[in-house]
Amino acid sequence: MITYKSVQELVDKALEAGKSISELVLSDQSLQLETTEEDLYRKMEENFEVMKQSIEEGLKCGRSPSGLSGGAAQKLRFAVNAGQNIGGRIFSETLVKALAVAEYNASTGKIVAAPTAGSCGIIPAVLVTITEEKGLSEDSVVKSLFAAAGIGMVIANRASISGAEGGCQAECGSASAMAAAAAVELLGGSPYQAANACAIALKNTLGLVCDPVAGLVEIPCIKRNAMGAANALVAAELALAGIESAIPADEVIDAMKSVGELMPESLKETAKGGLAATPSAKRIARQLFKNG
Amino acid sequence: MHVFDVIGPVMVGPSSSHTAGAVRIARVARIILQEEIKKAKVILHGSFAETYMGHGTDRAIIGGLMGFSTDDIRIRDSIKIAEEAGKEFNIETGFLGDVHPNTVLIEAEGMSGRVVSVLGSSIGGGNIAIKKINGVEVDFSGRYHILIIEHKDRPGAVAVVTGILGRNNTNIAIMKVYRSYKGGKAIMVIETDQSVDEGIINEIKGQPNILDVTSINLI
Repeated sequence: MITYKSVQELVDKALEAGKSISELVLSDQSLQLETTEEDLYRKMEENFEVMKQSIEEGLKCGRSPSGLSGGAAQKLRFAVNAGQNIGGRIFSETLVKALAVAEYNASTGKIVAAPTAGSCGIIPAVLVTITEEKGLSEDSVVKSLFAAAGIGMVIANRASISGAEGGCQAECGSASAMAAAAAVELLGGSPYQAANACAIALKNTLGLVCDPVAGLVEIPCIKRNAMGAANALVAAELALAGIESAIPADEVIDAMKSVGELMPESLKETAKGGLAATPSAKRIARQLFKNG
Repeated sequence: MHVFDVIGPVMVGPSSSHTAGAVRIARVARIILQEEIKKAKVILHGSFAETYMGHGTDRAIIGGLMGFSTDDIRIRDSIKIAEEAGKEFNIETGFLGDVHPNTVLIEAEGMSGRVVSVLGSSIGGGNIAIKKINGVEVDFSGRYHILIIEHKDRPGAVAVVTGILGRNNTNIAIMKVYRSYKGGKAIMVIETDQSVDEGIINEIKGQPNILDVTSINLI
């Protein structure tokens, strides 16, 4: 049985069993949940279907109920189709999908919390784009979600995946680390490289505060999903090239926890600090609550 | 904690802690009451109180009180649905003491007049921790199958229950016993790996010193 208290444990046990982290987590969870691997795989496949649907729906949905967001994914898709994007196809398409899912969430659509709703665009965007653009099988992407889950459970056990407890680094940072590790596995990297991708992604988002304007999961959350997805590509790219993180993943997670503890309450989802305290944000909040 | 705690739940947005977690806590009140809820007083604390309007925490809790699950699209319109059904659901904000920032107190009354109070915290990613039931301190997550057994604080009450579970091949993952005062009313909260069927629940209910048995399945 795996305790999910350390990334090192996942790497060691995967190597020992000659498995990938995804295969290791799948077989361990089937033991712990007393269910077959086939059943767990099927449930993950269902979640993956919801992820794909949320991308499609997000590209169609209009403004959110507050009127603060909507239409960003469509704009970027238009620009990409017109060849006006700066990044390559994978990079820009990843951003489109991250925005789409996050916008769909803001419009009270049905999404998969991965690990949270506020960060729900990152994992689907990274994994669906890589799978589509590289022509990989759907089977491999569903499997890679178990690697993402293994990393996510360690972060939740060791630190936090809640913005109210650890700031946005705990939500978009965690999602980015989970996506990066899964992307490495999806592209044939080793468990050690997946751990490095996790560490690199989390290092880059350390200190990110949770400061939602008017308390809504819209500004800056939607664009931070695009950032988290881009950051996952950065971390996976580096790790797959053999670049190592000098600070191992577990120590980065511990640092994330301690940074979260040092963060004042005003920067942990209370909508009292950061962007939420700017004159524009206050004006938006006043207008919303006057009308609502 | 398992894989679908971090890749899941499938839920109606926009916030796993403020929407999905809130639905789950309210559902606990509905499940413990074992009947339709007629009216409820809800007190939101901390970040719940600060940001409930933007996150639809009120809609989530009202949906949960009506038994909706986290992925039920009717959560969007739950306030209207509750009004049309003639429910008296009051959402207030307040201070609930030294508790998690996302905490809610729900005092609910069923159609028969039976009441229950639940204090719960939404601790991230849609995961919850129930901290008090009817004023008695408890602590469970909803990650396992849960049995809540109200009983008299008498010697042997625990052994009878664990004996029945053991004979029925039901493995206990976590168990805690709480009491209001020595010899008074007590609560056993037993989290099990296997679900507990109606037959076992009735057998436990039939034992001396057992006042009530509630089975909760949030998995």
